[in-house]
Formats: sequence, structure tokens, C-alpha cells
Amino acid sequence: MKVTFPHMGNMGIVVKALLEELDLEVVPPPPITKRTLSLGVRYAPESACLPLKLNIGNFIEAAERGADTVIMAGGIGPCRFGYYNQVQREILTDMGIDLRMVVLEPPDNHIGELLNRVKILTGAHSWWRVIKAIRLAFVKCQALDDLERQASRLRCREFNRGDVDRVYQWGCEAIDKADSVKTIQRCRDDYLSRMAALPLDHTGRPVRIGIVGEIFTVLEPYSNGFMEKSLGRLGVEVSRSLYLSEWVNEHLFKGLLPVKGHRHTRKLATPYLSCGVGGHGQESVGGAIEYAQEGFDGVIQVGPLTCMPEIVAQSVLPRVEKDYDIPILTIYVDEQTGEAGLMTRLEAFVDMLERRKHRKEQAAR
Amino acid sequence: MIRERDNQNPLYLGVDVGSVSTNLVLLDERGEVREAHYLRTQGRPLEMIQKGLADLARRYRDEQIGGVGATGSARTLASVILGADVVKNEITTHAVAAGQLVPGVRTILEIGGQDSKLILLRDGVVSDFAMNTVCAAGTGSFLDQQAARLQLPIEEFGGLAERADHPVRIAGRCSVFAESDMIHKQQMGHALPDIIAGLCEALVRNFLNNLGKGKALEGPIVFQGGVAANAGMKRAFEKALGHPVVVPEHHKVMGAVGAALLARETVQRAGGLTRFKGFAMASEDVRAGSWECGDCPNLCEVIEIVESERPIARWGDRCGKWENSLAAIQTERAAEALAELH
Repeated sequence: MKVTFPHMGNMGIVVKALLEELDLEVVPPPPITKRTLSLGVRYAPESACLPLKLNIGNFIEAAERGADTVIMAGGIGPCRFGYYNQVQREILTDMGIDLRMVVLEPPDNHIGELLNRVKILTGAHSWWRVIKAIRLAFVKCQALDDLERQASRLRCREFNRGDVDRVYQWGCEAIDKADSVKTIQRCRDDYLSRMAALPLDHTGRPVRIGIVGEIFTVLEPYSNGFMEKSLGRLGVEVSRSLYLSEWVNEHLFKGLLPVKGHRHTRKLATPYLSCGVGGHGQESVGGAIEYAQEGFDGVIQVGPLTCMPEIVAQSVLPRVEKDYDIPILTIYVDEQTGEAGLMTRLEAFVDMLERRKHRKEQAAR
Repeated sequence: MIRERDNQNPLYLGVDVGSVSTNLVLLDERGEVREAHYLRTQGRPLEMIQKGLADLARRYRDEQIGGVGATGSARTLASVILGADVVKNEITTHAVAAGQLVPGVRTILEIGGQDSKLILLRDGVVSDFAMNTVCAAGTGSFLDQQAARLQLPIEEFGGLAERADHPVRIAGRCSVFAESDMIHKQQMGHALPDIIAGLCEALVRNFLNNLGKGKALEGPIVFQGGVAANAGMKRAFEKALGHPVVVPEHHKVMGAVGAALLARETVQRAGGLTRFKGFAMASEDVRAGSWECGDCPNLCEVIEIVESERPIARWGDRCGKWENSLAAIQTERAAEALAELH
């Protein structure tokens, strides 16, 4: 069995660690490139959202490298993602690519359901071994998230363009190679301090922007036109409302692990959006409010074009914008998204926030 | 290169290189427009920037230029050729210019060749903006095309609309359908002025539906960009909004005016030094080339600008490898230039 999975930010490193720990042969798809996207666009329905197209591209490229089994997450609720694994299987079958799909869906009642699904992959390993593997993967996940958080915060402060990203990249590679909880944590600390030791400018007070939105487009830099990097280079300190470890904990482990959850975020959203609308619609609204309360200067909502949960969120965000006096920019992405147009919007938004901030500071004086 | 300006009465050069037009303006210290050049880009931004510069070079000297600002879709290119002190997006420059020329402005409607923008200001600061995303149905190029099809000079197009008695309703969501609907209305026997007025109203509807999205458009309202010259469009906006719409004198070059104003601000803050390369750049041999970098799976398209066989700028690479290889040289050169000055 040669197992592959779709890319979503750093998730590849985590899933690879989990599967390898269970002695499975892993064939990760090559990094997402223009080719991945064009393959996906060619075989996916035109109206499907960007995540589906990129997933299909990943699977085709992985199959080319010999993968025969796909492991991916499923979903429940009104978002289309819930049936994507079925659609993807059909598309691939039509193309003559025979891939077995193992779908990890959130458990309905009990964590045991998830473990049963994992059992398909774990084979004869003891539960103890499985839990150990999950632990190792989750520690990697948290370490990667920590590095990512720090990179988003420091990128706007670097003196030499690209320094932070270089160290971040090395850090990810080191964590990928690390094979015990101890070495992972050592890597994490090592690269966090290396990042902090770079020549940085701590004198300025940069504009702070929070990113909310649909999980795939928020986590996968390729899908959002490397937004966090671009914003950092425009001198913005970036924060994200969602990190992989948080999602894994909430959706696969029912919030059992000691990681920040989004219960509070959803509660904040209830005056505007009182029920779940699938995907991360409610979290987008609540996240924007959280950022406003934390004194951020602006919020960017990102989602794939035609994403229903995000459209619902977008329609109530103008009220949040008004009530909390925080500008919110919505950006939808798909394979048509032009880089120049995206940059112009980001630049204009950052300019707007800078001038606003400047004016507020002058008024306060 | 960094040079000292002539402090007597410095002029600020603003350059806006867009899809349809390349505009150059010179502002004086008080923000008055001294020169405004409007050229057609014709898909050759590099040549047009040099041509505009050559026009100015006949009457002005390098020392008179106190600062340079670049904007528009080819702003990076323009900034490299001219040595700009500030490079800004079109939304910011348009807002800055409108704020200066029409004090107290609260809403800016801007329609250019390929894009349209709606900018809202409160107390002189941009509070919200929208830009057309997936389509360019309601923009200048489409009007241009229709004028050409009817064999009317674009300048007369708007005037004709004013003579309409009963503007016809035209489907304006998509320019392809708008055109077929227009042809249909012509075949039915409607008068040309009625059809043109109907087209203007359709484009205004398209603009307000796409960008307005229920936002409160409060006066004073300014209409700018190349299309603002069209009297029919101005009238259609006034009819739809129920509010007078101001078209500033320099409506065609507002982006360039904004860039020049920002250049003034930047240079003043930087102590009066400008990076302007000089009018000699008008006749310099500048070329652009590109290649696909195959060093990693990103396959970035790298662009290189070469000035007399010497690469002066590169961009387009995600990792910054090509970009940074030149940045190091530039900082060294800038340091040398500074040392020379002191």
C-alpha cells in the first residue's frame, strides 16, 4: 500500500509522520505548482471550488509517482467538502486512475469511531503504537504552527528581505526529519530562537491584520497567492484565526487535546450568525470580532470563489465592520485570480489602514 | 542614484501607466498641475514612459524635478526606469488626488480602461473601496469598442447620449450580451442617441451593482478616469444616484496627480533628496526580458529590465533569489551616491 494525501499548508509533513510511524509507505504529492492546478482545473467541474481542483491535481501527481491509496478528511454539515472525497473518487475512476480512498470523518458520537477508521491504515499495530504515532504527528503539527505564527509576526520586521522565510523553511525541513517528540521540540525551540536572532527592526509599530476564512484557502499559501508573505513584505504583522493543530483537535479529536479552540469565537459570532452554516462561516464572523477586540487594525476574509459558508459570513460582516469599527476586506480566490489584482487590493487595504492608524494616533495626542 | 533638488521651485513628476493610457503630470510645490500629458499605452508601456519623458525633457531640466511617484498597473516598471521615490497602487493615488482637487470629497467613482473603482472617504481618509474583479464589462475599453463599431469618435459618443429622449433599457451585466442587446435594439429601429444613453445607463447599473453593493454613496461625489469625459456617463450617474457628480478638470490624469502628491510627501519626509534618474532616461536603451526559473517547482516567471546591457531590476520570483541578487548591488550604489553628496 502506497499512501498519499492532499496538501494543505504544512499538513503534508504531519500526515507523513503519522503514516510512516505506522510503517506505511508514503508517497507525498509533489508541492503544489502551476501544473497541479492546471491538472485539477482540467478534470474538475468548472464550478467546483479551488480546494477540490487542487486536491485532484495532488492525487493525479501522486498517482504518477505510484500512490495507490488516498487518505483525506471528510466533513459534515452544509459545506460541499463533505462529499468531495466521493466526487474525487468518481473523477479519478473516470480518468482510469484507481486510487483507494480512506476518509477520516469527524466522529459522530465517540472518538472510537475515528480510531476504527484509522484501523484500516494501521493494520496489525497495537492501539498503543497508534496513539504513539498520533502523538508524534500532533507534536510536529504544533511545532510547525508555532514556527508559522512567529514567521507571520516577524516577516514585517526583517531587515533583509527573505531572511525569515529562509529560516522558517529550514525549520520545517528539520521538523520533517525529526523522529522523536524530544527532537521535534528541540528543533522548534532552536528555529524559533534563530528567527528571533535575525537582524530585525523592532522600532516600528506595524499595522496588524488578522486573516479569517475558509480553512483550505487560509492554510494553503499557494491557494491564496502567498498572502501572508505579501502582507509581511508590505510591512504588516499578520495573525491567522486558524491553525492546523486547532482544526485537527476540534474536528478529529472532538476538542480533547489542550489546544486553543474556537468555542469562544463561535459564541462571539452568535449575535450575527446564530447557527453553524458549514465550513468556517461562523468562525470567520467570530474571528473578525476577536481581532477587533484585540485591537487589530483590519481583517481580511479569504475564501474560495462560490464558497457558501464564506458568502453567508461575508453578508453579515459589514455589520461587524460597523459595530466594531474595523475595516474588513473580502477576497475570493480561484484559478482565475490574477496576481496583480490581488496585490493592488492588498496594497490599497494596507495603505488605508496605515493612514487610518496614523490619523487615530494623531487624534489621540 | 540620489540627487539633490533645486530648492527654488521644485516640480513633482507623477506617472500613471495603465492598460489604455500612460499619463505624466508635473505639479508645483502648491499642488497645482503645471503639465499633464495623456498618451495611449498601446501595449508598449516602456516606450510610452520614455516618450512622455522626452516630451517633458524639451522644457525642463533634471534639477527642477524634486520627486517622482509611479502608479498604475505598470508602476513597478515605471519606477525602475524613472527612479521613483514612491510606488503606489491606483486606489491610494486616486483617493489622494481627489482629496486635494475636490476638498471634502466622500465618494469617488473611477472608470479607466480595464478597471473601475469605487472609493469611499471619511474625513479625508479612505474608509472603504471596491474594484471590479472578474470582469471588465463596465469599463472604458468597452465604450471604446462600441464607439468604433458605430464609427463615432469616442469624444462625440457621450454628447450624443445627451440628446436622447427615451433611453432604451440595455442588458449591461456582461459586455458580450450588452453588445448583442444593443444590436437588437438598433434593428428594432430605436434612435442612436436613445441607444447610447441606454448603454450609459446600463454601464452605470453594472458599476453600482458590482461595486456599490448597498454602500451609502454620499456627496460630494467625484467622477474621474478616462470615461469621466463622457457626458452621457456623468448624466447617467447623476440620474441613478440622484446627486450632482463633479468631474474635476484633470479627471483623466488623477492617478498621476496622486502619485506626484505622494512623491512630494515622501521627498519632504526624506529631507529633500530624490531618486529621479534624470531626463536622459528618455533616450537610454532600456529593454525588458523574461524567463522561467527552473530552480524549484514554482517555475516563476522572472522579469529583468536591462539598461544599456546592465540589469537594473528583476522581479517575479517568489523566493527572491533573482530579486535579491540585484538589491545588494543597488544598496551599495545608493550608499556610494550618498557618500558623494556629503
